[in-house]
Amino acid sequence: MDLQIFLIQVLNSVQYGLLLFLVASGLTLIFGIMGVINLAHGSFYMLGAYAAFVLSSLTGSLLWAIIIGVALAVVFGYVLEWVFYSFLYRRDHLQQVLLTYGLILVFEEVRSLAVGDDVHGVPVPAALASSIPLGSTMSYPVYNLVISGACLIVAALLFVLLRRTRLGMMIRAGASNREMVRSLGIEIDFLFRVVFALGVALAAFAGMINAPASSVYPGMGNQVLIICFVVVVIGGIGSVTGALIAALAIGFVDTFGKVFLPDYSGMLVYLLMAVVLVWRPEGLLRESGA
Amino acid sequence: MLAASELTRRFGGLVAVDRVSLELKRAEIHALIGTNGAGKSTLINLLAGELPPSAGAALVRGEPLRAARPEHMARLGIGRTFQRSNVFFEFSAFENCRLAAQARLPRAWALHEPAIRCRSSSEAATRALEVVGLSERHDAPAVTLSHGERRALEIAMCLATEPSVLLLDEPLAGMGAEESQRVIELLRRLRSDRAILLVEHDMDAVFAVADVITVMADGAVLASGLPEAVRADPTVREAYLGDGI
Amino acid sequence: MTRTRRVLAIIALLVLAALPLFAGKFYVELIAKIMIMAVFAMSLDLLVGVTGLVSLGHAAFFGLASYMLVLAAPDQYTAVNLWTSLPLAVFASALLALVIGALALRTRGVYFIMVTLAFSQMVYFVFHDTKLAGGSDGTYLYVKPKANLGAWSLNLGDSAQFYYAMLVLLVVSFLFLRMLLASRFGHALRGIRSNEQRMRALGFNTYAYKLAAFTIAGAIAGLAGYFAAVQFGFVNPEMLSWHQSANVLLMVILGGMGNLAGAVVGAFALVLAQDLFSSLTKHWLLLMGGFVIAVVVLLPNGLTGAGQTWRHWRERTRSG
Repeated sequence: MDLQIFLIQVLNSVQYGLLLFLVASGLTLIFGIMGVINLAHGSFYMLGAYAAFVLSSLTGSLLWAIIIGVALAVVFGYVLEWVFYSFLYRRDHLQQVLLTYGLILVFEEVRSLAVGDDVHGVPVPAALASSIPLGSTMSYPVYNLVISGACLIVAALLFVLLRRTRLGMMIRAGASNREMVRSLGIEIDFLFRVVFALGVALAAFAGMINAPASSVYPGMGNQVLIICFVVVVIGGIGSVTGALIAALAIGFVDTFGKVFLPDYSGMLVYLLMAVVLVWRPEGLLRESGA
Repeated sequence: MLAASELTRRFGGLVAVDRVSLELKRAEIHALIGTNGAGKSTLINLLAGELPPSAGAALVRGEPLRAARPEHMARLGIGRTFQRSNVFFEFSAFENCRLAAQARLPRAWALHEPAIRCRSSSEAATRALEVVGLSERHDAPAVTLSHGERRALEIAMCLATEPSVLLLDEPLAGMGAEESQRVIELLRRLRSDRAILLVEHDMDAVFAVADVITVMADGAVLASGLPEAVRADPTVREAYLGDGI
Repeated sequence: MTRTRRVLAIIALLVLAALPLFAGKFYVELIAKIMIMAVFAMSLDLLVGVTGLVSLGHAAFFGLASYMLVLAAPDQYTAVNLWTSLPLAVFASALLALVIGALALRTRGVYFIMVTLAFSQMVYFVFHDTKLAGGSDGTYLYVKPKANLGAWSLNLGDSAQFYYAMLVLLVVSFLFLRMLLASRFGHALRGIRSNEQRMRALGFNTYAYKLAAFTIAGAIAGLAGYFAAVQFGFVNPEMLSWHQSANVLLMVILGGMGNLAGAVVGAFALVLAQDLFSSLTKHWLLLMGGFVIAVVVLLPNGLTGAGQTWRHWRERTRSG
């Protein structure tokens, strides 16, 4: 393959990987800290995308749509944790699976009632609608670079939050040892609510920023969810760094897989997971404890 | 029959067990004492295959065993009890023991035979309950048993597997005087053709029944030998200042 | 089984046996479908309720057997022989379960749930993305398999005959699984669910037991999947989807885990509830979602454990 195509695929891989990372990081934190298996996490991605559609039609600006959307997502996540998820902590995994599955159905239907089932597109902002030439024949959409850039910034902010702030320290402690954090008397309810809202916001942001580049359609949450599960399994529950590595790995495997083995590309990611599991049944960078 | 040879276990920077060597001989009760956090339970976990050692090895009948798993050790005849009662709470005392006895049966895959008709495991279970004095609680769900009864059930389950080595992790914890006495008598009877490692805090019991005593502190062996020698050892007295040895 | 349960079971059996005599074709076919789902649910109950393995990918084994039926037929208009294609389909499902189980059982708890989901997605994509048996469109099977026993032949295309064949399937599966649960193997599985660490400390090779349970469950799911394809006459990747897996999981918890009757009751209750909801509104999934949540919260022991839940609740409010 020539250099230009290779470069394009690399950029695509990084973009996909970073988007997956944003969604999966929330999932892995919710798992690691609250011990909740959340099937509805993909729905947050879907809701973000639909929110981008609705808000950008209303405001005429994608930027405002995203700003308002993220704010709404944080509030939504906070309330949802308080009203629903806080009751899941004491329940066993089977019940969590079914309860969050029920939530998926509810979200899908509410969205269907509110916005309908049509496939939508979100227009790319005019300023970013051009393409950058790569070599003599190929070009790459500027907006896709913006997606990758935005995801990188958010990822960097997330790492700063986790490593440089007190809140981040509590989150990391909670991810590796839930019981200890509880016994230290840290305001656990507040911590959980914050983590959950953060997870929802990250997933929703990913949905919003990616909406102009791909279409907004009903089943989009489910696709993302299962791949994110694979990210979390490979990266290790509770490990945000592991999620980053795994998400990028999957981004590359999937993107290049589609190029070289189009018929089997859907399976490659799971094959990767199988290989990792044979080697390390608890993920690459599992946080010990909990 | 079972020995530790320079067994070491590290958890990150913490050395929980530090080059411990000891030997469990047949017809001998080897007591292991030490303050909390001395590494006694970790040592049992190492010997029972629950944890892989960071260095050193467990030796079964002279042969070193590396990275053995619990089920493997159990099949070699090494039975253990847990410090916190680790029974099957939904099952009755009898069912707990019968399941334990079942572990040693061949042809466990016989799908067409109902388990309740299996005579050998039923008899082994009834015997085990009798030996620890739980016959009256035969059908009681394990969750309804008192703390002392659960400790007894722990021992019964271990006995039902007919082990040749017993690793007992604080079997007397929380037991009343009468129950403790019964267990001590039991241990004396069991000693005759088994090797027993007894981790305990109850010093009266330890000195009443032990043939050999090893003292651990901070993961390492402080002293080891006959009870009288250990009692007189100055380093031991220092470590246990005021513990009434 | 307690006496009341035994009496109830016999009454249910008699009602089911008599059904085709007084019900119309629609209901005969519906109940036949439910009985197939009941076999599917019982196989999952072996994993979830008995061994404590929550699998979110059980539909893979169900769907694979359906596809095997279609793949075994040289073309869509030729009938296959039941006695060769059925064992082939069940064997394929069992083999897949063995392979997936061998890998997935290296993980525990939450990882296991996610891994089973992911593996079944892999199987889904095999059928969805490739040209094997029609890809995402699926394939029709226009002729039912031939089922001949000497001079006598069973017409699986006839609703009543198919119905009775499924009733026999349900009863035989139930009795087989009951025997399994009563055996030493079954008791060991229950022990694993209760306290796996203790089982290992006693000397049980729990990995081997779990793998065996996983494979058996996969085989029985395949049995159900085969006949689902026979009845439906059409296979598509949705039969392998995780919605199908979540659906059957819901049946198990709705009916009550760990006792096979629960799975049967759950299958009946869920399919009938779905029928009811979808007739009420286009947005019946909303009702379904609420139903799922209500069941999990209010009936943690399922329908067959309702008496137990009621007693617990009474005790708690009395002492509270």
